[in-house]
Amino acid sequence: MLFCTLRNEAERIDWFLQHYRALGVGHFIFVDNASTDGTRARLLAQPDCTVYSTDSSYKAARFGMDWINWLMLRHARGHWCVVADADELLIYPHWPDRPLPALTNWLDRQGQQIMPAMMLELYPKGPLDQAPCHAGMNPLSALEWFDAANYTITHKSLLDCLLIQGGPRARLFFADTPNRAPTLTKLPLVKWRARNAWVNSTHSILPRALNRAFSTDGGEGISGALLHTKFLATVVEKSRIEKARAEHFGNAPVFDAYYDHLAQAPDLWCMHSTRYEGWEQLETLGLISRGGWG
Amino acid sequence: MSGQGAPLGIIMLCHTALHRAAQVARFWLDAGCPVVIHLDRAVSHADRDAMRAALGAHPLVRFSPRHRCAWGSWQLVAATQDAAELMLRDFPQTGHVMLISGACLPLRPASELQAHLAAHPQTDFIESVAIEHAEWITGGLSEERFTLYFPFNWHKQRLAFDTFVDVQRKLGIRREIPRPLRPHMGSQWWCLTRKTLSAILTDPRRKRYDRYFRQNWIPDESYFQTLARVHAAQIDSRSLTLVKFDRNGRPNLFYDDHLQLLRRSDCFVARKIWPEANRLYDFFLSDQLARQPRLPAEPAKIDRYFELAEQQRREGRAGLYMQSRFPAHDSAAAKTAGPYSVFSGFDHLFENFEHWLGQVSGARAHGHLFASERVQFHGGARVWHGAISDSAAIRDYNPRMFLTNLLWAARGERQCFAYGPEDMMDHEVNWFMATDTNAEIQVIRGAWILPLWRRGVVSDAVVAEVARLQKREQLWLEVLESRWVLAKCKIWTVSEICAAPEQCLAMAVQDSANAAALTAHGLAQLYRLEGLPEFLTALRNQGLPPQNFKDFNF
Repeated sequence: MLFCTLRNEAERIDWFLQHYRALGVGHFIFVDNASTDGTRARLLAQPDCTVYSTDSSYKAARFGMDWINWLMLRHARGHWCVVADADELLIYPHWPDRPLPALTNWLDRQGQQIMPAMMLELYPKGPLDQAPCHAGMNPLSALEWFDAANYTITHKSLLDCLLIQGGPRARLFFADTPNRAPTLTKLPLVKWRARNAWVNSTHSILPRALNRAFSTDGGEGISGALLHTKFLATVVEKSRIEKARAEHFGNAPVFDAYYDHLAQAPDLWCMHSTRYEGWEQLETLGLISRGGWG
Repeated sequence: MSGQGAPLGIIMLCHTALHRAAQVARFWLDAGCPVVIHLDRAVSHADRDAMRAALGAHPLVRFSPRHRCAWGSWQLVAATQDAAELMLRDFPQTGHVMLISGACLPLRPASELQAHLAAHPQTDFIESVAIEHAEWITGGLSEERFTLYFPFNWHKQRLAFDTFVDVQRKLGIRREIPRPLRPHMGSQWWCLTRKTLSAILTDPRRKRYDRYFRQNWIPDESYFQTLARVHAAQIDSRSLTLVKFDRNGRPNLFYDDHLQLLRRSDCFVARKIWPEANRLYDFFLSDQLARQPRLPAEPAKIDRYFELAEQQRREGRAGLYMQSRFPAHDSAAAKTAGPYSVFSGFDHLFENFEHWLGQVSGARAHGHLFASERVQFHGGARVWHGAISDSAAIRDYNPRMFLTNLLWAARGERQCFAYGPEDMMDHEVNWFMATDTNAEIQVIRGAWILPLWRRGVVSDAVVAEVARLQKREQLWLEVLESRWVLAKCKIWTVSEICAAPEQCLAMAVQDSANAAALTAHGLAQLYRLEGLPEFLTALRNQGLPPQNFKDFNF
């Protein structure tokens, strides 16, 4: 079962559905936040999608988390669920040879109720608006590069969670204010219980103990990655709109400069960018781990 | 049916994924092997009927009386006994009888197994390890399995189970083991000769034995294993079934991507298979198996594969900090990914030190990585391996992870860098490096004063700067001289270096440099220090305490 809030994602949605269906997701629950590009109609035409619509404020709903928390309370209890945005593709060790049910079966046997998958931001080489982009495409064909080892992790004791920051946005747009750089921690795969609730996006969850999806004794737990396909060419136009809507993040004015940057179609690539090859590569680089799942 | 001997009988214990079990049963039936199927009582009528329908009314199939088989329960043995009796009664021509589960998959053509058994008609293939020298079990009870009582379910009544075991230990309770049994344990998947199996089932003392084993813990790993020792003529104490246990003593599942590994097994059957592993079922149950060239058996490869995964879970990769590995202070074996060297003050005393070091060491010689304006990567790079930025703000946001990231991204290549009180000195990083076994820290005390001297003026600002750096260096040296230090540390004085620059330098770089390159490139040149004493005197006269300059005796 997969939960997703989205708005105007026509260029991504086909691939998104295809990716998660291949992983074994049986049902999709979408919250469509007033799309105007036909996303909603496209979703309604799918046999395995339930679509809720709202035109109220994404920000007022704590960036959609209120909607998701409520829908999960109603529909997700007892199920393993993926919670992802339309620009996030979940991968994990041994995919796609082993679909999600194989993974969740193994997690169940380990007594683990959640799996972390940090956001890995993919980008093209060259100005953002130059990369090809059309509906139904595989976004990984346009976004081939990522940052391999510039992530900083801070342990937050309040929720006993990890705050991961870094990647191309921190490197380029937040080089002077790294504390403002976007959070990359994500816990997108979880066995939902009635008492669970998302705190801040899917970065952290309650009850607190669920955030401890990392090992502190030197061993490695299992982890995956959410391939972030935000930087398709459309991001340039969307940044202009988003800036005007001011619907994002805790302190919207702080992000004006960031949106201005993006609107100028910068090149995120650098000579030490790494070309994405697959999960084995990410595991070798220490970004994800099989954590004992042989 | 091959003419190689008596046919092999298969007993299958099934409880889930019955469509797969039916496929496997069909495999054995097609090879002429009679199959007795035990369906767990928890299986629904609909599923049972579906399985019966899938197999049709095959003359070689029987369904044995159903038991509810919880993990490790006596019912598993009872179900096996019933099925075995049925097998021996209805198929009097069978030779060996093999016990498999519904989640097992044959790894080789049935004819190969038949031939193997025909070549060893008197041999019982059953892993059977005497408990006195058993290192067979991972965790859990060993001998006490045979001498205590176990009325509680280990999975569902763990507290009661543990408490009851403790109480019995305290009371010294010890059940007597019926003679002439000598307790043995082993994998519950065996292949016994008709003679041995029927001797076990028709043993005049069977009732007594059964009553005894009913009280044991996990009797399915000990009943046949112990009784085979009484009745067998010849035991090959190795299971024909491949099972890889995880750390909890549960079998690892095999998935599609294990295909090439499984082809290298020396076993005939593998347990347990993920029911959706289409590629495995398609390959091993079809004639593809016979058509493909046989790979040489390398069971060690399979062991190694699972050992590596377990090692990664248990120990992790040294120096890696990531979303699912974030070792608390000092809880991991090593704090960083590889050895590195910190040189403090050498670049102020020796000409072109960084460049020279790179030449003689083959290591990566950076400048001041923690310089206050920006990171001085080797060659003035703006971004380093792993896309690490040269922004001082990003580095200072989390300096410890800046260092661990750099060392992780450059693993395999020794990193050297300059560091000193003139840089952004972070107390946590100082402690981190000092207590890191991978670190080598070479310090020339007070050398940071040389760049100030070269500016040529003695102003109030310079005096204040000297006092500030002095204090910082003092704090750092206190760390390096503490008794917690694990790094290799050496603290030099300027006068020591000036007295014997070549010797000192050769000693300082002996870990990072190689001898041949040292001979080829020679040693770095010491800067000329004429006029330094006058500068120091001037500072002293400005009111700085004289003991600060005691290292400078020229």
